[in-house]
Amino acid sequence: MTLREIVETLNATVYLGQARLDEEVTTAFASDLMSDVLTLKDTPMLITGLCNVQTIRTCDMATLDIVVFVRNKKPTADMVELAEDNDMVLIATSYSMFKTCGLLFDAGIQPLY
Amino acid sequence: MHQEYTVIEGDFTNAGTASSSVKKTLKQLGVAPQIVKRVVVALYEAEVNAIAHAYGGKVLVDIEADKIHMVVADKGPGIPDIAQAMQEGYSTARPEVRDMGFGAGMGLPNMQKNVDVLNVTSEVGVGTTVEMIVNFV
Repeated sequence: MTLREIVETLNATVYLGQARLDEEVTTAFASDLMSDVLTLKDTPMLITGLCNVQTIRTCDMATLDIVVFVRNKKPTADMVELAEDNDMVLIATSYSMFKTCGLLFDAGIQPLY
Repeated sequence: MHQEYTVIEGDFTNAGTASSSVKKTLKQLGVAPQIVKRVVVALYEAEVNAIAHAYGGKVLVDIEADKIHMVVADKGPGIPDIAQAMQEGYSTARPEVRDMGFGAGMGLPNMQKNVDVLNVTSEVGVGTTVEMIVNFV
């Protein structure tokens, strides 16, 4: 599934990374707990409702570069600036975590575990 | 190569500044990406801990040809029972730390998983020092 298809499926807004929308995404991990994100060995797309600078920092350390913010959370200018330094993609949807995960799973995005 | 960073109590906005800088340095030095990830995840966890639990501190980093040596030394309440603190799920984090996505009692165990050497020393009422070594090969 491409990022563009993900954006359409989630009726989402792209805050950063327009140029990468044709990239394929195969796996995702959903969590509001950054400690969990820091234990990942792989680099899936992150689905989260935690919307602050630490979300971006954590992704930088864990080498994740695609984030979907759920529950109508919108990344701030600080977050976008930091994410830009790391060539990340930031997407936001009004859908809940559950609905987001359900739609993407149904469309073929795989879990890590 | 020696690097030093200052950690300020409660300054979550800058949590990860040291780790981010170390990440850039290691990438420039051509260290393998999976080793860089282990280093920065462990250092970031230690940085977050110092900001969350202590009254500030220092991060000292020494990069050698075959390893990185990191020390995160804080002035703070200290850890009364280190073995208990090393247990996954044990946490004394305040609500604002949890609001940042941390405080689940996973920091010290995750540091242990990512480094080759971990030494935690602590004196109650004085502070805690976390020493970590990651070998490059």
